[in-house]
Amino acid sequence: MSDNTITIDGQAVPFAPGQTIMEAAMAAGVYIPHLCHNPEFTPHGSCKLCTVTVNGRNAASCTMPAAPGMVVQNDTEELNANRRALTQMLFVEGNHVCPFCEKSGNCQLQAMGYFLGMMDPHYDQFYPPRDVDASHPDILLDLNRCILCELCVRASRDVDGKNVFGVTGRGPHTRITVNSASGRLGDTDMAVTDRAADVCPVGAILKKRHGFEVPIGQRTYDHKTIKDVHMEEAGK
Amino acid sequence: MSQKPLLTTEAAGTACALPDAGPVILAPAEEKRKIRVATCSLAGCFGCHTSFLDIDERILDLLKLIEFDRTPLTDIKHCGPCDVGIIEGGVCNSENVHVLKEFRKNCKVLVAIGACSVNGGVPTVRNNIDLWECFQEVYHYGIGLKNGMIPNDPELPLPFDQVHPIAEVVKVDYFLPGCPPSADAIWKFLTDLLAGREPKLEYETLHYD
Repeated sequence: MSDNTITIDGQAVPFAPGQTIMEAAMAAGVYIPHLCHNPEFTPHGSCKLCTVTVNGRNAASCTMPAAPGMVVQNDTEELNANRRALTQMLFVEGNHVCPFCEKSGNCQLQAMGYFLGMMDPHYDQFYPPRDVDASHPDILLDLNRCILCELCVRASRDVDGKNVFGVTGRGPHTRITVNSASGRLGDTDMAVTDRAADVCPVGAILKKRHGFEVPIGQRTYDHKTIKDVHMEEAGK
Repeated sequence: MSQKPLLTTEAAGTACALPDAGPVILAPAEEKRKIRVATCSLAGCFGCHTSFLDIDERILDLLKLIEFDRTPLTDIKHCGPCDVGIIEGGVCNSENVHVLKEFRKNCKVLVAIGACSVNGGVPTVRNNIDLWECFQEVYHYGIGLKNGMIPNDPELPLPFDQVHPIAEVVKVDYFLPGCPPSADAIWKFLTDLLAGREPKLEYETLHYD
């Protein structure tokens, strides 16, 4: 039994065989910053925010299985600086205009910026041309804000069984695509009650007619950090 | 960034206290002078300046320590040598760049205040719209317009095809995000800076919206 233990920043963390470092950490109340990871879904390993140092090498903790005796560094100045840089890149690679975004205050990307003390974008802005699809009567798809976490892809495929979303293109042209002949969301069978409709960590998929319902000061991350919220969700 | 006070003489300083801001070190009496501050709004809405004025009566305490150079409050047209320059708004035309470079040349410390200054903000919504189409929509086809003419006076600054944050044009020393940053955030930032501390916002005063 004592074999199934790793250490994270010097703290002993037990794991069950098959658990990832992220799963073991969250179960033990140790927070590892993450955006594309959602414990409900198969790990994706794309945002790299959860990168930790495992036995001297960097690895995504959401996909790396825990193994006996692993020595993991997580909350270090260097790793948090990397996480801040990744968050800055996610901001400049899209068109994230927090002042008028309906998701503002409830957005995980924004909350991660606050948590990591991001004061500026650091990198030059891309201002990429991105599409907005308002064809669905109840759901808005705004790719300006997409960070390609693919949670909508996973939710629609694995929970809703509808395969509404996919990913197309390469490199900076990678984007979420809609699985209908017209490519429009309004021509799919997606429903506002689908899991894919409220899994988006940013403001790329929004339910229509619910914008700005919650006043400033009462939004998810107005007083609580993303760490507080994620640990509460994990029951810690 | 250095922890050393940027604006004040540390040695033989005399301390005075700003409310809620800890001790502020002032220069020795013979060198005592006020910190000179310039501000302007480029491609912004003056909302950050308005939020700055929301520090209310605290501005009286501030004025014991600072004096204004070019600002919308003084109506001075050009920025002279200053300790701190505070820029609201991004860069959307040629005049913005001239003003910004004048500030950078004259200010020891340059601060980007507000979302537009930090990352371009709301005006960047036009960045993926052709400039000519944008003008036509605004002056020809907009609701309620009749015989609209696109302004073309030679004195008008040349608009750019995109709006960009100021850090893409000049070096920026500090960023204070928010749309606008709250008066408390601005007060905390300025009092930190004037006291020679590295400005640091608490979690609840750091906002991008």
